[in-house]
Amino acid sequence: MVACALTKAREFGYDTVACASTGNLANSVAAHSAEGGFRAYIFIPHDLEQGKVLGTLLYGANVLSVNGNYDEVNRLCAEAGDKYGWAFVNINLRPFYGDGSKSFGYEIAEQLGWKAPDHVIVPCAGGSLISKIYKGLNEFDRLGLIDGGVSTKMYAAQAKGCSPITTAIKTNAEVFRPQKPNTIAKSIAIGNPADGYMAMDTVRKSGGWADDVTEEEIIDGIRLLGRTEGIFTETAGGVTVSVAKKLAAQGRFKPDEIVVIAITGNGLKTQEAVVGKLGETFGIQPNLASLEAALNTEKLLAGVGV
Amino acid sequence: MAVNVLVPTPLRKFTNNQDTVLVAPGTIVSLVAELEQQFPGINKSLTDDSGELRRFINVYVNEEDIRFLEGKNTPIKDGDSVSIIPAIAGG
Repeated sequence: MVACALTKAREFGYDTVACASTGNLANSVAAHSAEGGFRAYIFIPHDLEQGKVLGTLLYGANVLSVNGNYDEVNRLCAEAGDKYGWAFVNINLRPFYGDGSKSFGYEIAEQLGWKAPDHVIVPCAGGSLISKIYKGLNEFDRLGLIDGGVSTKMYAAQAKGCSPITTAIKTNAEVFRPQKPNTIAKSIAIGNPADGYMAMDTVRKSGGWADDVTEEEIIDGIRLLGRTEGIFTETAGGVTVSVAKKLAAQGRFKPDEIVVIAITGNGLKTQEAVVGKLGETFGIQPNLASLEAALNTEKLLAGVGV
Repeated sequence: MAVNVLVPTPLRKFTNNQDTVLVAPGTIVSLVAELEQQFPGINKSLTDDSGELRRFINVYVNEEDIRFLEGKNTPIKDGDSVSIIPAIAGG
């Protein structure tokens, strides 16, 4: 999606790009700016995980750490976007950035052998991605690329500590109420989602649903995905996995149906959230006796992992 | 002294391209009414037919979203700063 936005930035003649970000967009805009030779100004909340900050600084971007939450960063960027002649990926380039994420839907269909899944669970922050995945699937259907049409149900996933979209859907509300985020899932901690209404509309018209999970369930989700699929996801992925588990327990998926869970970030970026919660290493001396002793302890006899 | 209102780019066609305008103290309701008086037509972009603020318009008084304050009845006084911002999002 950033490749799409920066391509348009070049076409429009901008030499400077910018974005407001909870971290992942920051990484991407910084990287693409380096490759494309743009000057970059990246605005982030001051309390982001170190992995996301380093993964932005690395590319030589100017990183502005704003003393506020994402919604405050977003407001500042809207004010700044009006003042400076920069290409803000998520403000004045927003339509291209948004449409760029349709490729997530294209890739789902392609990887399923040109079929649409029965269910897709998507983490919601600003609320854009869930509607773009749905749009991507439906565009491919209109082009005749999908066997069997699109009857995919879309599900929104949020953390309980920041759940304006899922709360509105679960209470059948017409209007979402903004929240002050408080969750370890910082990449989706947006209390005033600009595309909240689009997300709600997508869920409703597709026949899907929404749910939200606790901080403990987020960690459980990260662990479950790692230990069953070999994928290390960041906190947002933990949210999505655990919401999928809740939806399954509600009987929303039939055993023979295809369920796609959108894992949108790498776990190495949010290590702070899981430090001390994934088990411990086992210290031994570099000799066989020490190894033998270790292997005979109750913990290792029980199998790897806690 | 008065209340300083930051006008977003899409609405500056109503304000002769001014990025800030001054209004009298009161509430968000009186602010919208005064803006309409000063700049006829701007009201349609801010409120719907029933007079409620549009869903995609965010209003902040001194950096706080009015939905965390008293909504459209949030008081504004001399020296306050009001930002009108269309909804945007990132990730």
